[in-house]
Amino acid sequence: MSAAILDPKLAPPFRDAVLPVLRNPMLRKNVAHATQVIQNKRAKLVAEKTDWQELRASASAIRTHVLENLGAYLEQFEERCTAAGGVVHWASDANEARAIILDLLRQENATEAIKIKTMTSAEIQLNPYLETAGITVHETDLAEIILQLGKEEPSHIVVPALHINRSQVREIFSRTMHLENLSDDPKALTAAARHYLREKFLRVPTAISGANFLIAETGAVAVVESEGNGRMCLTLPETMITVVGVEKVLPRFQDLEVMLQILARSATGERMNPYTSLWTGVTPGDGPQRFHVVLLDNERTSILARPKERQTLKCIRCAACMNHCPVYRQTGGHAYGSCYPGPIGAILTPQLMRMEYAQTLPFASSLCGACFEVCPVKIDIPAVLLDLRADAVNIERKEAKRAFDLMYLGLRVANTIFSRPWIFHTAQWFGRVGLRAFTGKDGWIKWLPSIGGRWTHNRDLRGLPSQSFHEWWAARAKETK
Amino acid sequence: MRASLFIACYNDSLFPETGRAVTRLLERLGVELDFHPGQTCCGQMHANSGFRAEAFSQAKRLVRLYEKDEIVVIPGSSCVAMMREQYPGIFQELGNESQRQELAAFLPKVYELSEFLIDKLQVEDVGAYFPHRVTYHASCHGLRGLHLGDRPFRLLSKVRGIDFVPLENMDRCCGFGGTFSVKNPEISQAMLTVKLHDILSTKAEFCTALDNSCLMHLGGAMHRQYAAMRTIHMAEILASTEDCPTEVLT
Repeated sequence: MSAAILDPKLAPPFRDAVLPVLRNPMLRKNVAHATQVIQNKRAKLVAEKTDWQELRASASAIRTHVLENLGAYLEQFEERCTAAGGVVHWASDANEARAIILDLLRQENATEAIKIKTMTSAEIQLNPYLETAGITVHETDLAEIILQLGKEEPSHIVVPALHINRSQVREIFSRTMHLENLSDDPKALTAAARHYLREKFLRVPTAISGANFLIAETGAVAVVESEGNGRMCLTLPETMITVVGVEKVLPRFQDLEVMLQILARSATGERMNPYTSLWTGVTPGDGPQRFHVVLLDNERTSILARPKERQTLKCIRCAACMNHCPVYRQTGGHAYGSCYPGPIGAILTPQLMRMEYAQTLPFASSLCGACFEVCPVKIDIPAVLLDLRADAVNIERKEAKRAFDLMYLGLRVANTIFSRPWIFHTAQWFGRVGLRAFTGKDGWIKWLPSIGGRWTHNRDLRGLPSQSFHEWWAARAKETK
Repeated sequence: MRASLFIACYNDSLFPETGRAVTRLLERLGVELDFHPGQTCCGQMHANSGFRAEAFSQAKRLVRLYEKDEIVVIPGSSCVAMMREQYPGIFQELGNESQRQELAAFLPKVYELSEFLIDKLQVEDVGAYFPHRVTYHASCHGLRGLHLGDRPFRLLSKVRGIDFVPLENMDRCCGFGGTFSVKNPEISQAMLTVKLHDILSTKAEFCTALDNSCLMHLGGAMHRQYAAMRTIHMAEILASTEDCPTEVLT
C-alpha cells in the first residue's frame, strides 16, 4: 500500500479514508493480529496486578494535578534543567519548533542526525522539513527504520509499523539495504537493522529525541524504549536535541514509580520496558555535551483552557486505546489522517487543529467505551468525543451548507418529532404508510433510498409493525375496562 | 410493587413485542405497571450525534414525565446509560437549578430490566421456559456503562429448557453505535462481520441481548444473509412459558 500522507489538513473525511483500507486484507490481518497479541499480553499482566485500579487512580491523579499546575511545573523544569547544563527552548507551534531545531542543527554544522522514535516530531512533520533543509535524518527505532526505508507512514504510536508483516519487512530491507538473500526470520531482520544502524551510531554526532516524561523536581528527561537504540543515541552523540509536548511533565522523580508500572503494561504488555533512560542536563565526559529541550505548545495550552477536554492532555501515549478499539482494529492508523490514530487520535487531532480540520474523527467511534476501560490514566475518551461532536455540530449550525446535509436535516426533523407525542405518533403513522412500498412479503425492508440506503446497503430492516407498543397498551386498557 | 415503563422511541415503533413481553413478565411477577403515552425518546440519538440542545429538550421532557412515579423500568441498556452517563453533564451545561433537582430525583428511580429483576425484585428464576439454544450478546452500554455483570447470565441460567452457549469475544462492540452505523456504514459493517462470525459460530437458534439497538443491527444482517439464527430481546425469553411461548414462535 502506498503511504497515506498523514497531514490532517490534507486528509480526506474518515468515511472516505477507510475505503482503501477495508479493501486491503493483508493490512487488516496484520493490524488485527498485532493488536490481539498486545491485548492478550496486557490482559495477563494487568490481571496479575491486584492493585491495578489503584494504580490507574494514582496515575490519573498525578496527571490531573500536573495539568492543573502546568505552568509552575514547567518553570521548575526549566530552572532545574538549565542549572544542570541543559538549554530550554519554548516553541508555541510546529513552525517555531522546527525552526529552533534546524537552527540548533546548523549551529552544530550538522548534515545528518540520528533519531529516537518520537511521535511529537511526526506531529510537527520534522523529518520532511529537515530533509528539505538538506539535513539527512536517520531513524534508529526498528519500526521507524522500516517506515523510513519503505517510505511508509506510522499507523500506531507505540508500534508504528504494526500494519507491516515480516515478509514485507524482508522485502523493504532486501531492496533498500541490497541484501538479496535476506530471510524473513526475525533474527536475520534485526541483524540487518543492527548492521545498518551501528554505522550511523558510530558516525553521526547529533541526535534528536522525544521524551516520555520530564521531571520538574530534578530537570531530568526520561525515554522508555525496547531496543536500546535510544540508549545508543543518548550516549554516543555529542549533541542531543529533545522535542517534547509541554504536557509531558511530572512533578517528582518518585512519580515514575506509578507511571513506569502502568505504561509498560498498557503499551507493550511487559512488566517493565527493557530500556529506561533518564538524563539530567549535561555530565562532563559522559554522554552528549550539548543538550537542548524544545518545549512544544502547538495548541496544547488551548486544550488546557477547555475544562472538559483538558483530560486529553493526561495521555501518556501507551496506545492501549487503539489496541482495544474495534474501529482502529479494522482500519489501522492511516485512515485517521494523523500520526495520532485510534481513539486518542480521534480526540487529540481535531483539538491540535482547533477543530478546523479532522472534524469527522470524533464521529469515527461507536462509543463502545473499550478505550476508557483500558486507559491507564482514565481519560474518558467517549465523553470527549461527545463534546467534540457537539462542537462540530455547533460549527455546522452556522454554515449555509447544512441546508443540504441530510443527516443534519434528519436529526433536526427527528427532534421536532420527539418534541410532542402527537407529532411522534403521527410520524409513526406516516412511517408505516411510507415504508409499505419498500417492505417485502416477509415484512422486511431490503432497500431504502437516500440516507436510509446507508442502513440497507448491508443490513435489512424490519418493516414497521401495524401496531406500536403505545397503541397496544391503549387497546388493552380499553378491553379491560 | 408499582413501576412505570419507559419504552424507547424505536422499541415503541419497531419492536412493540419487547414492550409486550416486559408487560407480561412483570405482571406475572406481581408488578403493577403504568405507562405514560406521552413518552417519546430519551435524547440519546441527538446527544451522540452532537445535537446537545435537542437532546436536552427531550431529556427534560422525559424527566418531568416521570415526576410522580417511584420506579421506572427500561428494557434498553443504552437508554439507561444515556440517562446515567450523559444527563448529568447535559443538565449541568444547559439546565437550571430546578431542572437539575428534578434530574437528581429521577435518576435513582431508573432501573434497567435486569437490574430491576435482580436488584429490586430480587428474583433470578422468573418462571420462564424456552427450550432453545441461545447465546447472549453483551451490549457495550450494558457491559461498560451499567456494569450489568452477571445479572443477564443469572436470569438466563434459571430459564428451563434453555441451552445456553457463551459467546467468544463477548466484550467486543457489534458496530452499531447509533448514527455511527449510517455515518460510517462501511466500517460499521466491517465490525459487524467480525461480530457476526463469533455469533454464528455458536450455532445458537437465538441471539439475545438487553438492547434492541444492537439486535436491530445484528438481526438485520442475519436476515440479509438468511442465517439460521434470529435475534430476540431477553425480555421475550423471560416472558416465555410452557403455556404461553414467546410471540416470535407463534
